[in-house]
Amino acid sequence: MTLPLFVEQMFNGVQLGLMLFLMAVGVTLVFGIMRIINLAHGSLFMIGGYALVAALAATDSYLLALPLALAAVIALAVILEVSVLRPLYARGPLDQVLATFGLTLFFNELVVVIWGREPLSLDIPRLLTGHVEIMPGVFYPLYRLAITGVAIVVGVLLYLLITRTRIGALIRAGSEKREIVAALGVNIGLLYTLVFALGAALAALAGMMTGPLLSIESGNGDPILILTLVVIVIGGLGSVRGALVGGLLVGIFDTFSRVMLPRIFGLNASSALVGMAVYVLMAVVLIYSRTGLFSAQKG
Amino acid sequence: MRLNRRSALFGVLTVLALAVPLLGETYYTRFATQIAILGMAALSVDLLLGYAGLITFGQAALFGVGAYAAGMLTDAGIGNALIVWPAATVVAMLFALVIGALSLRTSGFQFIMVTLAFAQMVYYGAQSLRAYGGDNGFILPRRNDVAGIALANHVTFYYVVLALLIVVAVFATRLVHSQFGLVIRGGRDNERRLAALGFPPYRYKLVVFTIAGGIAGLAGALIANHSSFVSPALMSWQMSGQLLAMVILGSAGTLIGPIFGAAIYLVFAQVLSDYTDHWMLFFGPLLVIRVLFIRDGVWGLITRAARAGEAEAPRLDWARATAPARADSPVGGP
Repeated sequence: MTLPLFVEQMFNGVQLGLMLFLMAVGVTLVFGIMRIINLAHGSLFMIGGYALVAALAATDSYLLALPLALAAVIALAVILEVSVLRPLYARGPLDQVLATFGLTLFFNELVVVIWGREPLSLDIPRLLTGHVEIMPGVFYPLYRLAITGVAIVVGVLLYLLITRTRIGALIRAGSEKREIVAALGVNIGLLYTLVFALGAALAALAGMMTGPLLSIESGNGDPILILTLVVIVIGGLGSVRGALVGGLLVGIFDTFSRVMLPRIFGLNASSALVGMAVYVLMAVVLIYSRTGLFSAQKG
Repeated sequence: MRLNRRSALFGVLTVLALAVPLLGETYYTRFATQIAILGMAALSVDLLLGYAGLITFGQAALFGVGAYAAGMLTDAGIGNALIVWPAATVVAMLFALVIGALSLRTSGFQFIMVTLAFAQMVYYGAQSLRAYGGDNGFILPRRNDVAGIALANHVTFYYVVLALLIVVAVFATRLVHSQFGLVIRGGRDNERRLAALGFPPYRYKLVVFTIAGGIAGLAGALIANHSSFVSPALMSWQMSGQLLAMVILGSAGTLIGPIFGAAIYLVFAQVLSDYTDHWMLFFGPLLVIRVLFIRDGVWGLITRAARAGEAEAPRLDWARATAPARADSPVGGP
């Protein structure tokens, strides 16, 4: 593998990893505080993409469409949290998984009813077309650099939010002992809604930013969700740091296995291995540690 | 008393099921066959869910492995069901053994996520089988035959499937009421106490996971024969979710409820799809409503009606059954 190819794939891997991080943060924060696994998180990723397409059609400007679409997804998330998620907090994992699975089925069909079965495509914003020379002789798409940058900025903001603000302190406290937080007079219901909306916004943002790279179609959030769950199993359930490390690990591992395995084993033999590589990684982590690398609770 | 009613109900259902081909419509016979096969797969999920307390979101992978194994053998010219079906069952059990050995290291929420992930891995594996149509799957040249009797006849095939379903249901019922089943149920309710009594929970869970995988694999071999077609869609995560939904629509921890659940699910799908292509738009919310409002499933409703007047018997309460594990550690086992 030559150095330019290595650098290019490293950028791709980090970009995929950061997108998975944006997804995983939502799942892991919601779990950490509300103790619920939300299988409809992939739907929020998908809806993000569709919302951006709709908002673009209405406003014809990315600068207007992006906040508009984000606001729409956040509003949807608040409705979902209050109507479906909230009664589930007191339930066992089975009820939670089935109800949120039901939501996924519903949303996957709903977008077909509204936008049809044909995949939609999203153009790269005009300002962000073209390539940048990241090292002598290596040109990299500006758009991919831009979304990687956005993901890094969002990650830093998230870090500041969790470590430096009052809401962040409540989130951290809530994930340790939510009963005590509630007993101290904090409106825990409002905190739940905020955390769920935050996770939904991050998932939708990931869906919007990857929109121009992948096609926007019904069910496109499902494989991302399953990859996100792999990230969380590897990183440790409930840990934001685990989501970052797990996301980067899975993103880079997946990207390089797609490049390297065909070179080692030939195109035919490797096609099965390529899709399965990250799951093998997960198996290895599970053998090493039952609860992932950065589990919030040691098991 | 309760057991008698249960047996009586079971008898009535068996007679009804036996009578389906008398309607003389191939359509109904094929539909009933499909219910029986998916009922068998759902029963395997219930064995894990209702008795071992294991919420698997990956049973479709083992269902699909059975279907692929049967399809590949048939494609290779081996048409004897007495060889193909046991082989498919064993292959699915081997997959279950490996997946279970890794997944059962985790518990609770993590177990759900890990089984889902490994199922997806098997799904991608099947997708990459170019010789077998890749993503599109492949068509079986013909149905298998049993000791010279061709199963191409839909009525014959239906009775074979029904007989197998009854054998599996009786086997599973005896299993959960055996000493082994007692240990499994003990592990569901209190794993630590079971370990303290000298039963290693991991090994017992792995055995039941493997057995359930075999049942799912057999159902897979049957579905391959039923539709003469095998594709990765059989292994999709939606399929795993639908199997869980069937168990829950029926009633978990009853073994018969899930067969009901499969019937309800398929009838619902059939009736709605006559009106709309978008029946999932209604099924999704139905699932949510079932979870939020009807807490013990349809079999629960029926047996409650049958027991009306009798004292309310304790039933499996999921919030309670899983509560100790949640309180101990929401992430991993002790």
